[in-house]
Amino acid sequence: MNIDPYILAFSAITVIATIWMGFWAARRSKTASDFFVAGRSVSVGWNASAISGEYLSAASFMGIAGMVMSSGYDALWYPVCYACGYLFLLLFIAGPLRRFGAYTIPDFAEGRYDSPLFRKIAVIFVLFIGFFYTMPQMKGAGVTLAYIFPGLPYQAGVVLVGAVITLNVALGGMKGITLVQAFQYWLKMFAISVPVFVLMAVYGDYGKQLNATQSSNPAAEPAALTRKPLPEKAPKDETWLSPFGPLTTKAAKAAKIPVPRTELISRLDAAGYSKTVFPALGFNSEDTQTNYGLLGSSSRVSVVNYFVAARLAGNSEVAIYIAPDLTNRVVSYPPNLSIPAADFQKTLVEIFKTNGLRLDVLNDEHVVVVDRSSQPAISATTSLPVQSVRRYSLLYTYSLIIALVCGTAGLPHILVRFYTNPDGVAAKRTTMWVMILIGVFYLFPPVFGVIGRNFMPDLYNGLSGVKGTDGIVLKLPTILHERFGALGSILSGITCAGAFAAFMSTFSGLLVSMTGALAHDVYGRMLKPKSTPDQRLRAFKVATVLIGGIAIVLGCFVEPLEINFMVGQAFAIAAASYFPLLFMSVWKRGMTMPGAATGMLTGGLCALFSVTLTNFSNLALDKGPMGKIFSGFAPLNDYWAHHPLLRILCEQPAIWAVPLAIGLMAIVSNLTRDRVPPDIRMKMLVLHAPEKLGLKQEYIQEHHGH
Amino acid sequence: MAMPEKPDMHSEKFLHSLMRRQLRLSITCASAFLVVLLGLPLANYFFPEFMAARVLGFTLTWFLLGIGFCPVVWLISSYFIRRSIALEEAEVREVVEGDKRGAGDE
Repeated sequence: MNIDPYILAFSAITVIATIWMGFWAARRSKTASDFFVAGRSVSVGWNASAISGEYLSAASFMGIAGMVMSSGYDALWYPVCYACGYLFLLLFIAGPLRRFGAYTIPDFAEGRYDSPLFRKIAVIFVLFIGFFYTMPQMKGAGVTLAYIFPGLPYQAGVVLVGAVITLNVALGGMKGITLVQAFQYWLKMFAISVPVFVLMAVYGDYGKQLNATQSSNPAAEPAALTRKPLPEKAPKDETWLSPFGPLTTKAAKAAKIPVPRTELISRLDAAGYSKTVFPALGFNSEDTQTNYGLLGSSSRVSVVNYFVAARLAGNSEVAIYIAPDLTNRVVSYPPNLSIPAADFQKTLVEIFKTNGLRLDVLNDEHVVVVDRSSQPAISATTSLPVQSVRRYSLLYTYSLIIALVCGTAGLPHILVRFYTNPDGVAAKRTTMWVMILIGVFYLFPPVFGVIGRNFMPDLYNGLSGVKGTDGIVLKLPTILHERFGALGSILSGITCAGAFAAFMSTFSGLLVSMTGALAHDVYGRMLKPKSTPDQRLRAFKVATVLIGGIAIVLGCFVEPLEINFMVGQAFAIAAASYFPLLFMSVWKRGMTMPGAATGMLTGGLCALFSVTLTNFSNLALDKGPMGKIFSGFAPLNDYWAHHPLLRILCEQPAIWAVPLAIGLMAIVSNLTRDRVPPDIRMKMLVLHAPEKLGLKQEYIQEHHGH
Repeated sequence: MAMPEKPDMHSEKFLHSLMRRQLRLSITCASAFLVVLLGLPLANYFFPEFMAARVLGFTLTWFLLGIGFCPVVWLISSYFIRRSIALEEAEVREVVEGDKRGAGDE
């Protein structure tokens, strides 16, 4: 192994400093309430830094750069919406929730509907969203470790980093102390910006780098910088630079739509195929070939007939087209074939194979028998016209925007920190600063992607996994080696340190909130309501190890998926579950618990199910071990090819799942009108009246008076 | 004699006007944001050549999304924050003055 000492040193210092600061700060604030109150002693600036520090994950630090490099313009929507999502939070949710005094979303769910049951339902999504969010953090960890220790397998990195952070949280470090999180923000900001400034000073600024992508246009003035040649796998400059590029058109470009029936037949006739029409025999797995007579004794036609019947059961007839030069070869198959139905189709394919023939099923009614070595002469499918691709791409873009903007407002671990301000005015100022701090940060990662495209195009050859573009932030500074020697290593060490800060802070934060949900709500309230504090502490530790373990296992599977893409999916689930819950509960007084629960569960689970399905089919495409594990989902990709719209709606479900959740909430609440909480006017007053009026106090007193 | 203009904190009318005023402000700001956010893909869709024009090396659309977008959002949110703080103060003032008047009345 060839380990760069600078890179190792910077990373090690970050890890040790983070863990040490966690324990140091945890010792100083022993009680749980300190965790929340801590912010009250710090200024708006510190608190804004802390919120930003917690928010900027591996997706922000590594994933955006990787995705901009791999997909170009469309990937810019991610950083922009990550930053702008806060506006929606600010406009519709943050203020009322702060006044209501609920620290977490489950707290709010219980308080708003006076329903401990709803709290238990709402807690589920802390875990769902949390696990989706931890997977990309784990991938970040695996990629970073595989970079620092060349040759180390991805999975080893995931297990190592996951275990260290889990242990750290279980032992009580990283309780989400304001100071530590604030420090993490400035570390990440330093680690992303300094290398960008150095790289731009040496190789040309952002605009100059982007200008270099005009190579496709010979009329343009000669580019001021010499790029490395792009490999085959890299997207072309034109598509990379323009909107509606590879990211949003992938599904539509892969689409195969059927050629109209009449056109198909005329094409086959023109090519001289001989046609026979057979009645299709039903064939299901319970039948055996005995129902249909022995194949061996029947005519040559029967092989084809049975095969087609098996394949296309359900149609009344099937047209078989045999290529002009082959009519004599269809007969050769072994006699006395006796096989169970389950293997029937496979065996017939084998027979055709050994005889040098191939069956191409064109569609439900048309089958072509051709020579195995020949190219598919006739295709029943064609690609989508350019206009449709663009239209689908626009739909994809909008769905992505909705997921990211609404999702930010529904992330379980973000809202907590709005309470660590002394008053509402300070909370609003904090939000303003968070948007500025995050917005400035997000200027930098895309620059890595752009410079990476010009100077490290080798990464395109390993589009997925450790060697893919997700590592560009870590690797890019090393191009300085050839001119400035150690500077390249030092800067690469700095970005590694930033990456560690990113996935450590976010993973720890998620682990704390998920463990809290599991230990506090599931164990403390559902399983053992009468447990002692000691038992609860032990439950907390067990839950940490359990959740950390699951996160590590999940993380091991996702190497082929892009970090940023996975975080986008977590946002989509949050957008379809928590965002509608918060939005509707704050602004619609007629909401009832059954309505809120139905909408949240349906929207959230639909989004969860469809993005998981997309991930499985993506993993089935992987050429590595994951492709084998998930090979069962490969047929899904054929299905997607025929239904590109469905594929897009599954990959980016927000555009239908968010309205679905909101609609269901409105309808079911209306049907269960009699279950509106009796003191709803007071609740709405507490949510909306200025804090200075002291309604919260009044509400608490009334509530305790019951 | 109850004064008709005295806002009672617990009245339906007060809650109504409270929520309506807040929602109006939020929706105004959200619409400004959504016009920009949802308009950019439309501009890309209908005017691809124009959006691909070069500005300082960037394409226009890259420049707008990658650099110019956040400052616009900052402007919207700073407007919202100033207005909502003012709104809250006005609401408090209304209630407190109403109370005083109500108290002086008795």
